[in-house]
Amino acid sequence: MAVSTPERISRDAVQALQAPPGRNRSERAFKMVLLVTTGIAVVMLVVLLLDILVDGVAFVTGQRLLQYSSRFPDQFGFRSGITGTLSLMVLVALLSFPIGVGAATYFEEFAPQNWFTRLAEANISNLAGVPSVVYGLLGAGVFVYFFSLGRSLIVGAITLSLLILPVIIVASRESLRAVPRTLREAGLGLGATPLQVTWRQVLPQALPGILTGTILALSRAIGETAPILVVGALFSRRADNVPWDINDAFSALPIQIYNLVSRPQQEFQAQVAPAGIIILLVLLLLMNSIAIILRNRSSRSN
Amino acid sequence: MTSDVRGAGGPAVDLRAGSRRLGEKLVLTLLWVCAAASILTTVGIVVILFSEAAGFFREEAVSLRGFLTGTTWQPFGGAQGKFGVLPLVAGTLLVTVIALLVAVPLGLTSAAYLSEYASPRTRRILKPVLEVLAGVPTVVLGYFALTFMTPLLRATVGQLTTISVFNAASAGIVMGIMIVPTVASLSEDAMSAVPQALREGAYGLGATKRHVVHSVVMPAALSGIVAAIILALGRAIGETMIVALAAGNLPNLTYNPFEQIQTMTAYIVQAVQGEAPRGSLTYESIFAVGALLFVITLLINIAAARFVRRFREVYS
Repeated sequence: MAVSTPERISRDAVQALQAPPGRNRSERAFKMVLLVTTGIAVVMLVVLLLDILVDGVAFVTGQRLLQYSSRFPDQFGFRSGITGTLSLMVLVALLSFPIGVGAATYFEEFAPQNWFTRLAEANISNLAGVPSVVYGLLGAGVFVYFFSLGRSLIVGAITLSLLILPVIIVASRESLRAVPRTLREAGLGLGATPLQVTWRQVLPQALPGILTGTILALSRAIGETAPILVVGALFSRRADNVPWDINDAFSALPIQIYNLVSRPQQEFQAQVAPAGIIILLVLLLLMNSIAIILRNRSSRSN
Repeated sequence: MTSDVRGAGGPAVDLRAGSRRLGEKLVLTLLWVCAAASILTTVGIVVILFSEAAGFFREEAVSLRGFLTGTTWQPFGGAQGKFGVLPLVAGTLLVTVIALLVAVPLGLTSAAYLSEYASPRTRRILKPVLEVLAGVPTVVLGYFALTFMTPLLRATVGQLTTISVFNAASAGIVMGIMIVPTVASLSEDAMSAVPQALREGAYGLGATKRHVVHSVVMPAALSGIVAAIILALGRAIGETMIVALAAGNLPNLTYNPFEQIQTMTAYIVQAVQGEAPRGSLTYESIFAVGALLFVITLLINIAAARFVRRFREVYS
């Protein structure tokens, strides 16, 4: 007969709690289910990328980058889409970066707590949830027709800028908030005006984070199709948008891809379109890499 | 010894008020204008959508009631056209329900895994991967739905039933995968915000980790999870290119996910490509559908914001 010491009893109790019959197995099964379902999304991303690579990589050639569009699948090039997308990128950056950072600075550093600030803040979070196609309707109704700017590059750029402005503002605010309060107080204590503190101390500290957020927002703008489709981007044009003639008609890579995919001809849908997708994804990958490098550098220096 | 009391009776100095320099006032005004730009955007959206939609409802061929309750959408016949928006709403709902059936289970389990089980290293790898998934352009996902998911469905489920080349199911499934990160990210925030003491209390009562996750952490994070699902719902309703490419352009009042349908967003894309002249019935109908879409997503966003505020209040 075994002696029941207190140690022994407590050990048995712990063992009974830890491993009742069948419990370990269902614990492990539950964890496996979570892991597998988490993996599904990752697997789908890999399948998506592989599918596009397999479909299109053989059709990405130098002439696809340099030639204009064509009726013949083997002569089709994305030049007008690429130049249009690059032009949009520069114009959207020029428009949305100053306005977005200006607004973020105002909210984070200067805004009084009043109804206007609260309204503007609530408004920004609502704008972030407005479908992108609605921004297209805004661009078409206000800029194409009301301001008579036509279906031009600048209208596309304004529309995309308005679309990503909430994203830039939110990212910039987070970045500004991460700057230590003591830095501001030290600056004010030395007699600098609040604006001098913001410009010389706070903004330089927050800049890497702001740039990262802006580049990520830009890459979202570059991948958007619906808004510029609604304001009238062209599928093909035999001219470049570089340098940026802002009143010109314009094309863009996503528009070309959309048009190619919706064509009935198999060559366009299954060969030329995935080649265009690869070009677009490489462009986005480059932008995201820059953003990640910036983010890593800033997190190391902090 | 006397201390300098100059200004002691004067007005309190407000550091935030800034200096009296003219240039600084100008810069502050400029910053204010930047902040106000977003309000102008909203005003612009509301004015343009509702003024064009008002023009639409003044036409003899349509009424607000007929628009909201009509079951036939034939917008390209001019004055003979039929403008009952229900088929478009039904198409949008069908795709959205499919998307949520995919995204909610996948997103919630991902969130539970990331928040409760994953090592910091796994989390560092998985979270950016999910971010990448959220960043894939929707036109690319549309291509994937049309050229990968549809053939896959036709080769499997297609043995049992006829599946149209354009169908709600493949668009909905791909859209669901797209919004997994939306569900996962906010739900994970909510689960991570559940205080450790709640988990330890449950362990103390003899609960296993599985019990803790689904009977303590998930219920405690419920308002955050609901907010995540509502936000995902809003994204699914507003999503355009996947449905425009893969779900078809046939306004169709159906529950069958394997038939061709048309969503509100897909109609907008189809109609703007038709070069409808400004002021025509078709042109105005685009804005009427856009206004309806805007109102629906606005209500959804307001609801989501309310739930987010609730979960922030509870645990912080």
